Amino acid sequence: MSKKNYKLEARNLNAYYGTFHALKDINIAMEEKAVTAFIGPSGCGKSTFLRTLNRMNDYIDGFKVEGDILLDGRDIYARDVRVDELRKEVGMVFQKPNPFPKTVFENVVYGLKIQGIKDKKVLNEVAETSLRKTALWDEVKDKLDKSALALSGGQQQRLCIARALAISPSVILMDEPTSALDPISTAKIEELLYELKEDYTIVIVTHNMQQAGRVSDQTAFFYMGELIEFSKTKTMFTSPKHERTQNYITGRFG
Amino acid sequence: MRVQEKIIEGVLWLSAVITILVTIGIIWVLLSESLTFFKEVSIVDFLTDTQWTPLFADKHFGILPLVAGTMLTTAIAIAVALPIGLTIAIYLNTYAPAGFRATIKPMLEILATIPTVVYGFFALTVVTPFLQSFIPNLAGFNSLSAGLVMGIMIIPMISSLSEDAISAVPKSLREGAYGMGATKFQTAFGVLVPAASSGILVSVILAISRAVGETMLVAIAAGQQPRLTANPLVPIETITTYIVQVSLGDVPHGSLEYRTIFAAGITLFVFTFVLNNISFWIRKKYQEKYD
Amino acid sequence: MTNSELNRFKDKAFQWFGIFCTMIGLVVLAIFLINILIDGLGRIDWDFLNNLPSRRAHRAGIYTAWIGTIWILVLSSLIAFPLGIAAGIYLEEYGKRNRMASFLEVNISNLAGVPSIIYGLLGLEIFGRVFGLGGSLLTGALTLGLLILPIIIVTTREAIKAVPRSIRDASFALGASKWQTIWFQVLPASFGGILTGVILALSRAVGEAAPLIVIGALAYVPFAPKSPMDEFTVLPIQIFNWISRPQEAFATNVAAAIIILLLITFMLNGIAVYLRNKWQKKVKW
Repeated sequence: MSKKNYKLEARNLNAYYGTFHALKDINIAMEEKAVTAFIGPSGCGKSTFLRTLNRMNDYIDGFKVEGDILLDGRDIYARDVRVDELRKEVGMVFQKPNPFPKTVFENVVYGLKIQGIKDKKVLNEVAETSLRKTALWDEVKDKLDKSALALSGGQQQRLCIARALAISPSVILMDEPTSALDPISTAKIEELLYELKEDYTIVIVTHNMQQAGRVSDQTAFFYMGELIEFSKTKTMFTSPKHERTQNYITGRFG
Repeated sequence: MRVQEKIIEGVLWLSAVITILVTIGIIWVLLSESLTFFKEVSIVDFLTDTQWTPLFADKHFGILPLVAGTMLTTAIAIAVALPIGLTIAIYLNTYAPAGFRATIKPMLEILATIPTVVYGFFALTVVTPFLQSFIPNLAGFNSLSAGLVMGIMIIPMISSLSEDAISAVPKSLREGAYGMGATKFQTAFGVLVPAASSGILVSVILAISRAVGETMLVAIAAGQQPRLTANPLVPIETITTYIVQVSLGDVPHGSLEYRTIFAAGITLFVFTFVLNNISFWIRKKYQEKYD
Repeated sequence: MTNSELNRFKDKAFQWFGIFCTMIGLVVLAIFLINILIDGLGRIDWDFLNNLPSRRAHRAGIYTAWIGTIWILVLSSLIAFPLGIAAGIYLEEYGKRNRMASFLEVNISNLAGVPSIIYGLLGLEIFGRVFGLGGSLLTGALTLGLLILPIIIVTTREAIKAVPRSIRDASFALGASKWQTIWFQVLPASFGGILTGVILALSRAVGEAAPLIVIGALAYVPFAPKSPMDEFTVLPIQIFNWISRPQEAFATNVAAAIIILLLITFMLNGIAVYLRNKWQKKVKW
């Protein structure tokens, strides 16, 4: 195999909730500026794995990680890595839209504000760029000082994506970002993914096979805490190597 | 069979209705005695006179000194209990390991179960002498040490109600902030506290109401000298202390002095009634928002 | 310092401040308890528990006070428990979601917030004068009974609420009447929770002094009460009385009496916590 530069890599990764072995010997390498989809039945570990990529599980009592996760070749669980800085590099979008109970504008610039950036000009600029990137600018430019909770569910989720983009991460993690949305909003977000991968490395957990097929370049199939198969999405959906993968994709279980 | 069921329901209903009778009883007692009182003392004097000397020869019936004393001890208590209680709530909720939280919460509750005479003794014999060692002009009875100790007493009220409010904030908001690289500190003060503000407000109002009605602690440690002052170093008298003071003496029933305790009582009742209703109203509103 | 370092510093600083705040109340409590124990432990002996009050500190005891406290606890339990539990059952099982129910709810929440000394004024006027019971044990017990009523009602409701719908449905499906369902299923299932509330209410009552002073309980009672119509004193009032004496020796008596009072309070609370834990473990819905 040629020596390629991967954006994100997991090596012999094991994770535990107390005594429960949640992730077993995961080895995976994700390419830069591509969309990687994680699929698998509920409880297979795909969300757990996603959340180890920005150390979101750190605050869970009894959670333990062994092995390495490399971001641009650097171990993110190394002692000198600061979680807050890591998360500025690796942004996250959640299952349910979770805008803060503040104005639209305050939501977008939240990440900048907590970094201590107060320059009004910078904040305005970043807010506009981020909202444009998520195709939300035209819809909300007159409501920037209105509560974000007044937006529709789909708009809220795109706001949450804009909020993540505003701190200019290089990776964006998405945990079933459309599962709480209607089909039209879902389509908008999928379109958005297509454009975002020009600039960002995207990892998305999804329950929806068609969605994985539509948006991703590579797909990883998880089952019972193990990574069963990882390949180009096209390959996986047309000729899966493992029987379990085939059964899952064709809807025989899960 | 059906008759028996009906009788049982009737008995249970009666028990519930007794609580209304209690309220009516309280209001009736306070009103009837203080209405007679206000026939002899003008309500304007009561509310504006700056002296309260019903037990002396030169009688004045201005409630303001007692209200001021009550407010002073309450303000000191809240100044202690609010920052400490809220900090504890945030610390236990976002920083403390689960095991630590589980042991420390019941231990803090102990603070609220200690009888208030005990706190009074503590304020009078430990805290005041200790404070006198660096505030030489602190009187033996003063609102400062009474207020400080009362603050410690109501810490668990604020900390546990606020912690409940903070843990009721949806987990997704907390994760949203963490996911943006916010520290726990930034998450707590930028997202959790604002989102839980109504619950925290309720805890503070209930704590104020408790402090206003607190009796034995201030009766023991804050003095029995009604005085219109904001100076925490001198003896004062609260509304509650005055009622105790009169009850301990030999004031004949039916006298004007006897009725003063009901006039003082209705003042106290109005304060706590208003506070309790505000908190009840906020809580209702807040529940509706989340349902 | 970069911004991100500053943020981390604030975070750490607040964490230490949090530990400090959590500890300060407990440390103060510990200092006080140790003080009290040093001062008072030596004073507690058989005579202290069995002597009548006296003007001379070293001969004074708390006999009348603890006998009075027990009388008050027993009598106010007899009054408040049946009433409070019955009211709790009514509100949770029979109360319809109507105006009356929400009025009762506001009312009880208000009663819970009324300062204890106001209950004293109620007792003084209604039980003491209108009923003509004077400053007797019965007046005191009725007053404290009403004072703890809201606590019992609220905890009873919560305990009953925790019993799952399915148990009621099962009982109804077997043809049981409403009261039979409550008596045979709901109450046994919520017994632990109700008991916890009842004991917490007692621990509240045992420390109350203000309302009893108002109804006319005395600081000096030469004989232990023998019937509910007798005059009485209780431990907190005895303590209050000794605190106001100037002689040093009475401070020792105060410390000793506080040890006894705290022992009773902590014991009641300990039992309540124990029951709550045991009950929560046993019943997993």
